[in-house]
Amino acid sequence: MHSSDGKNPSSQGASKEIYDSASRPAPVIEEALALLHYRDLIRQLISRSIKTRYKRSVLGVAWTMLNPLLSMLVLTLVFSGIFRYPMQNYALYVLSGLLLWNFFSQTTTAAMGDLIWSGGLISRIFIPKSVFAVAAVGTGLVNIILALIPYLLISAFTGGTITAAVLFLPVPVLLTACFALGVGLAVSSLAIYFPDIVPMYEVVLTAWMYLTPAIYPLELVPDNIQELIKLNPMYTFIQLFRVVLYEGRLPDVSMLLQAAGIGIAGLLTGWVLFNRKAREYSYRI
Amino acid sequence: MTGNGGSAAITLQDVSVCYRVPHERYYSFKEFAIRWLQRRVEYVDFWALRGVSLEVQPGEAVGVIGVNGAGKSTLLRTVARVLHPAEGRVVVRGSAAPMLELGTGFHSELTGRENIFLYGSLLGYTGQQVEEMYASIIDFSGLEEFINAPLRTYSTGMVARLGFAVATARYADIFLVDEVLSVGDEAFQRKCIHRIEGYRQRGATILFVSHSMGTVKEICQRAVWLDGGRVVQFGPTDVVVSAYQEKLQDNG
Repeated sequence: MHSSDGKNPSSQGASKEIYDSASRPAPVIEEALALLHYRDLIRQLISRSIKTRYKRSVLGVAWTMLNPLLSMLVLTLVFSGIFRYPMQNYALYVLSGLLLWNFFSQTTTAAMGDLIWSGGLISRIFIPKSVFAVAAVGTGLVNIILALIPYLLISAFTGGTITAAVLFLPVPVLLTACFALGVGLAVSSLAIYFPDIVPMYEVVLTAWMYLTPAIYPLELVPDNIQELIKLNPMYTFIQLFRVVLYEGRLPDVSMLLQAAGIGIAGLLTGWVLFNRKAREYSYRI
Repeated sequence: MTGNGGSAAITLQDVSVCYRVPHERYYSFKEFAIRWLQRRVEYVDFWALRGVSLEVQPGEAVGVIGVNGAGKSTLLRTVARVLHPAEGRVVVRGSAAPMLELGTGFHSELTGRENIFLYGSLLGYTGQQVEEMYASIIDFSGLEEFINAPLRTYSTGMVARLGFAVATARYADIFLVDEVLSVGDEAFQRKCIHRIEGYRQRGATILFVSHSMGTVKEICQRAVWLDGGRVVQFGPTDVVVSAYQEKLQDNG
């Protein structure tokens, strides 16, 4: 064997890493371990997408805050001014709904897009394939934190109810993140086989948004349709999010358990679906 | 199979890699759904590697030669655990450092410095490790004055230098070199070869894909000639390269 002269760090010590294609762990396990090993890649991808998203724009990151604000302005004018929704602070209601909905829709879309437009990275180099979805959720978390700042400011100026319950906000956000990651992984694995899932999913998202009381109050919907809307997982998350942020109180336990159940079940389902065919992906892209 | 190849750095036992391609490519889900309902989805198996057995020892440089489509890149990707073999077994002992095609993994809007960290993390290094390698990367690439400029202002040669500098900044047990040396000027090529050769002398294994027979002869002790996914010949570089060149002349 080669006698190392001490300049050779990785051949010293008895245990070299061994890759044996005949005894790989199950993909659901292997992928999780790889993700852990590549955590700095997740960090890099998040910082890349935040840096590059606004690199050539004048206002830069301020757009993350301005975008939902402008939507809020339009929607408030339309629904509060023209349709006259009977709500005391419709602007904050719609903004809180949009923040969480945008987080979900942008995250799942980016998860899918980043994987299939990754420039064929996964067919050229070994990286955990779920890294794009995880980084998309990470980016979404940074964005929602930024977008919460103008919410809090507007709330302070318009007499919204911000209480100490806001400290509980990470819980609904992280549960939504789990669910978004699960959905993102599931649509990603489909998009690898059929690129036109991407535009199709956009249509699904539009329909899904109107089935979620993000921009309208649930009470405005006929009773039988209300029951239908309550089956929508995003309804649960938006409810939980609003109770804490908009109403300023702690959620009751049953609501919390329901959201936690959906979030975790969504994540696990997405993870299993995604990894079921994970070893085929590099053949497909 | 019980034996796991003893102490070889890379062992391939009867490895086959199969791309399962639909008979016609379905670009849309709708089209696929209709065909699938009609039970009319047909697949064609394309064997990119077929029954390949190889054993490469630590400290050895092996050239991989053959015409386009012979399976050279597929072989490298199988060793890099990108492609899971359909049949057979691949055993790789030690850390493997792949070298990506020019530009892959870089982002044109980010600066050279930011790209070093992004690229390093793609290769599986931690931020801390890249930090430690940073000075040597800058030094080797010779790009210090451009390092804070966005990558889109770089020339092709500069991007290639940056990529190579990151990929070879650290010792790895196995280097997988796929044609990357063909970009860049002569002087930089010499520098790259010198660096790789230095690692080899310290015990690293090199799998080297190239169409340049001169470079293969210079770097590699042995060579494997692939054709149609099968090994035609595996042996001392001179012998295999001569046989390959003779064959090319016969055909041409």
